[in-house]
Amino acid sequence: MTFYGVELSSRLLLGTARYPSPAILGEAIKASGAEVVTVSLRREAGTERGGQSFWSFIRALGLRVLPNTAGCHSVKEAVTTAHMAHELFDTKWIKLEVIRDDETLQPDVFGLVEAARILSHDGFEVFPYTTEDLAVADRLVEAGCRVLMPWGAPIGSARGLNNAYGLKSLRAHFPDIPLVVDAGLGVPSHAAAAMELGYDAVLLNTAVAEAGDPVAMAKAFALAIEAGRMACRAQPLEPRDMAVPSTPMMGRASLGD
Amino acid sequence: MSQSSVIVVGAGVAGLVSALELAERGLRVEVVERGPALGAHSCSWKAGGMLAPWCERATTEPEIATLGAPSIEWWEQHFPGTVSLGSLVVAPPRDGGELSRFAKRTERFEWVDATRIEELEPDLAGRFRRALYFPDEAHLDPRRALAAVAERLTELGVPIRFGVDFSADTSDADVIVDCRGLAARDALHDLRGVRGEMLVIRTAELELSRPVRLLHPRLPLYIVPREDGVFMVGATMIESEGRGGVSVRSAVELLNAAYALHPAFGEAEILELAADLRPAFPDNLPTVRRAGRTFYVNGMFRHGFLLAPALAKQVADALLMEASDADYRQRRSA
Repeated sequence: MTFYGVELSSRLLLGTARYPSPAILGEAIKASGAEVVTVSLRREAGTERGGQSFWSFIRALGLRVLPNTAGCHSVKEAVTTAHMAHELFDTKWIKLEVIRDDETLQPDVFGLVEAARILSHDGFEVFPYTTEDLAVADRLVEAGCRVLMPWGAPIGSARGLNNAYGLKSLRAHFPDIPLVVDAGLGVPSHAAAAMELGYDAVLLNTAVAEAGDPVAMAKAFALAIEAGRMACRAQPLEPRDMAVPSTPMMGRASLGD
Repeated sequence: MSQSSVIVVGAGVAGLVSALELAERGLRVEVVERGPALGAHSCSWKAGGMLAPWCERATTEPEIATLGAPSIEWWEQHFPGTVSLGSLVVAPPRDGGELSRFAKRTERFEWVDATRIEELEPDLAGRFRRALYFPDEAHLDPRRALAAVAERLTELGVPIRFGVDFSADTSDADVIVDCRGLAARDALHDLRGVRGEMLVIRTAELELSRPVRLLHPRLPLYIVPREDGVFMVGATMIESEGRGGVSVRSAVELLNAAYALHPAFGEAEILELAADLRPAFPDNLPTVRRAGRTFYVNGMFRHGFLLAPALAKQVADALLMEASDADYRQRRSA
């Protein structure tokens, strides 16, 4: 799997918020095998760059950091935050979130496309958090995005894939763009389902961070993602309308005699 | 027993409780504090003051509850203002799942229905259909509790000197108990600050007898009643060491929590909005570390009042064990 020319072997991207402690976060990352972690700047930053201590901890993990613009409600906020992230983490990668309203945390797709265009022009490699809408996805690709991150369900809702059909169409429509299901997953079977649809990777945070045992849950997701990926490549069956016996009809005892 | 002299650095909850424990066990103690007055430079001053080991159990590692449970008795013995009426956990109707989830992760509580909620907190009548009641928990007003501990220290002849910039290099104390909180990061390099913001309001329209925690998927907050119609609402938790004032967003969240618990809080007067940094280690668990003659008591994170007595006891046990060993060796060689 390649994101903007970077080859990655783990198909799990992990968020770093809401864990019981940084130590448990570190262990969960290890158990997940994730090579990319997302970090929120907006909420932790403040005016004095007060998050340094936590960010140093993240940097010390030696992973690739995907900073995000979580909590940004306007194009301007998102663009400013992306530039700040670039300075802090020395990366061109940015997970772009432009949120419409605080209640649903639904992406503002109009602002998203605009911010993606500006940031791509500024040299960023944009990972947009979007819906499964095809037209929006088209616009994002046109704006320069070479990875798309559609939601499974609203952020933190643990509902899984709300619109599996829509996600499947998106996959069919963009066979060559890496697609990552970002947000809304609750349990490993949700992640497996995303991978079975042919998605390239899954991004998680709350489902792991707020599990009773985040380290075990991280591992469980990693296994599910591997299983889903393997199943997808193994050409699974399509659902059928009738039963098909799984036992071959050979050598059945003849009871008529 | 040999009378070694102990200097406790820092007059927050860790320092004062350690000093009291050591003094009560017969050691010669002195407290120094860099701030000009009680609470001026202590994050304990902005604490919630909940002694809630079993509520904490739902979101923290078991060690917090194990260390914290005995502290309720310690505070009851040392601060008469300790209120042992338990605590209540509620959730807005649409977030009922949060309540079950919270319950699954802890113990020592009862499920209570609307009738029982009304008996416990008449002013919350009709607002919640079910809640978790933790009968064995307690709470206190941190500022009054610190003052009471300071007063008790004075009675025992323990001096507390404010405005002192302590330097271990020039101190001839036999033992240093370093309770400087985040300021101790010059020695404890893995210490970090976790920002918290709190609100203090006053209203005569409502009365609560015990802390109420409001579960919410995004913003779990709590309200602790103080005396005279005063309530403390806390607290945000942000991985930041920014020392600026409370952000508008955090203020909105804290105010919303109060309003969600009861709309009558809408009429309350805002007395204080404050922010500070909690000292925490990477595992968010407290430790007593020893280096030469210095004990570092730190990393109490969100649980200063809950954990201080347990850590103070660890320091006192270690010191007295050494003292009696030394005493024994001295007598044998005599």
